[in-house]
Amino acid sequence: MKVNAVNLTEQEYILPGNRTCPGCALSLAYRHILKALEGQCIVTVPASCATVMHGMYPITAVNVPCVNTPFASTGASATGLVAGLKALGKKGITVLAFAGDGGTHDIGIQSLSGAAERQYDFMYICYDNEGYMNTGNQRSGSTPLGAISGTTPVLGKQQYHKDMPAIMEAHGIPYVATCSASYPLDLYEKVKKAKTIEGTRFIHVHTPCPPGWLFPFSDTIKIGELAVETGFVVLYEIERGIFRLTSASESLARKGALRPVREYFLQQGRFKTITEEQIEELQNWVNARWKQCLNRATNL
Amino acid sequence: MAVQRKSDIQILDGNQAAALAAKLSRVQVVAAYPITPQTPLTETLSQFIEQGDLQAEYVAVESEHSAMAVCTSASLVGARTFTATSSHGLAYMHEMLHWAAGARLPVVLACVNRAIGAPWNVLNDQQDSISQRDTGWIQIYCRNNQEIMDSVIQAYRIAESVSVPVMVCYDGYILSHTEMPVDVPGQKDVDRYLPSYKPHTTLDPANPKNYNLVTLANPRVGVEGKLCHGYMELRYLLQEALQNSRETILQAGKEFNEIFGRDYANMFWEDREEDAEIMIVAMGSLAMEAIVAADMLREEGIKVGVLGLRVFRPFPKSDVVRALRKSKLIVVFDKNISYGSEGATCSEIKSALYGTYINAAIRNYIVGLGGRDIKARELVDATRKAIASLKETVLNAEYPEWICQI
Repeated sequence: MKVNAVNLTEQEYILPGNRTCPGCALSLAYRHILKALEGQCIVTVPASCATVMHGMYPITAVNVPCVNTPFASTGASATGLVAGLKALGKKGITVLAFAGDGGTHDIGIQSLSGAAERQYDFMYICYDNEGYMNTGNQRSGSTPLGAISGTTPVLGKQQYHKDMPAIMEAHGIPYVATCSASYPLDLYEKVKKAKTIEGTRFIHVHTPCPPGWLFPFSDTIKIGELAVETGFVVLYEIERGIFRLTSASESLARKGALRPVREYFLQQGRFKTITEEQIEELQNWVNARWKQCLNRATNL
Repeated sequence: MAVQRKSDIQILDGNQAAALAAKLSRVQVVAAYPITPQTPLTETLSQFIEQGDLQAEYVAVESEHSAMAVCTSASLVGARTFTATSSHGLAYMHEMLHWAAGARLPVVLACVNRAIGAPWNVLNDQQDSISQRDTGWIQIYCRNNQEIMDSVIQAYRIAESVSVPVMVCYDGYILSHTEMPVDVPGQKDVDRYLPSYKPHTTLDPANPKNYNLVTLANPRVGVEGKLCHGYMELRYLLQEALQNSRETILQAGKEFNEIFGRDYANMFWEDREEDAEIMIVAMGSLAMEAIVAADMLREEGIKVGVLGLRVFRPFPKSDVVRALRKSKLIVVFDKNISYGSEGATCSEIKSALYGTYINAAIRNYIVGLGGRDIKARELVDATRKAIASLKETVLNAEYPEWICQI
């Protein structure tokens, strides 16, 4: 049976009163991730907004075992948890690494790449708010072209963002998926599936950030949906090399029309200085990638 | 107490001794990245594990930072962990060294002492581990391969008793690549000496806990109304654990003697200190060289003794005061330099003696950096020079002298 808003488990692993900002997509995504894992997990979290969310000693908002670990070490920490559990003969526990885009695309890429190459049995979920949001929105390897940030304050970022799921796919791992916090049931299903797969699994979750991206707190879901509807974010999964479009991206592929990417940019203050040339460039990039996805999808 | 046991003498280099000691300690997770001169230790351990001689997970990490992260996380789920490194590897681990100690995890690390760049140099000095002295780790230095073997086994006893990680340091090449006879303990005896690891906290879904959370400077009340430590209290507890670990280190050394017949109930080794007017202080294999130098000086009728530092952290201040109480001159040889000041062990000795009745002159020589050969004759000459300098009646020289060509 497919999961829906009615039959989704009522058990909560993220407790009320956590320290995330209003409208935070990360907390929404994390809530559904932990529901899918049914609490049978050990989480490792590097420096990130998730650290803030986990609370301040001696009070935590998250009801699963967790170790906070330094920024660059997430993949290695997950490896250590797996190795330790294996050495002690403990089974049935999913090791989850939960890191932001700074901790994944940039400072943490070495330990993640090492762990994936070693094919250690853990799930790595990157929640991507496209910048160093915990330190107040500075550019990351995932910040898109044209976005204003604390370290691209005048001109906006001059480079494209890094395609992290593609990098992880190149490691030959058994499962790679992209998700959006605006489509929590798609995320839930993917985590459920990933849980049953052995080896390193990578899930990338688009998590709009109201204070960083400069849109109203009430618009998080709308912004995340727009990202998917314009093709800026594509929801897919690659299971042992088999590529499938999922959820809203699958429907869009069947209906055949994406909205212009300009609509997505216009809703966010961080793109206030984006130029017509940059919008055109990004539209071409979106079109080319969408074509690639349509060609690659095995389920259309 | 006299102990009847059959000895098993093997010819081992320092790295083989450390690897065998880790195996005898029944480590469960090994994570290491190869670096000269530690590499053969890493290879030996992976061979033990691949051959099935050691039931453990070998994680061939992509960096030393990751090696320590694997160890801390594996330790947190309850596994006994081991890693080894040298020089740049230890420097690259620096952040995680703080985390291992800060989280109070009993990781054991073998540091095969090597110089650090720039420029590149693969040979021995102790700048690498001395640079990590303030990370909250216990540091033990070895004079020979037998001590490497015995110290690694004792390190687990100590680390798991006081919840502080232990670094066992030994000189690259001088010990790591030099074969010596080593009495290898039997597995049954080691099992008797070293019970299996019982962690103080583990990560377990049945009892969810959040480890290393953001912790404020001040104590904070938990949900049950109990006042819990602030960051500063946690740091105090780590300092207290190191201060108090002396007793555990001595006890671990004493009990080791009861089972294996080799006495480690000390913080440093003493040689002819009873009647010595001049004490030479050195750490690691240099302490053996210092004994040869003392022999030569004794032949000339100069009453010289040697203090070979074994435990550098916690620094045995009161023991040092006792051992140096009769000295008129203390000559400290350091294979490290705290730039702009002096050798690290010299600073410690001076700090220990401050405010005591001991009014000995202290001379500090920086020696052997980047593998520069140190001959006993050079230690003798330096000691003679120190004696001659006493005519100037300066107790404390501001800066150290270097035994080099400048």
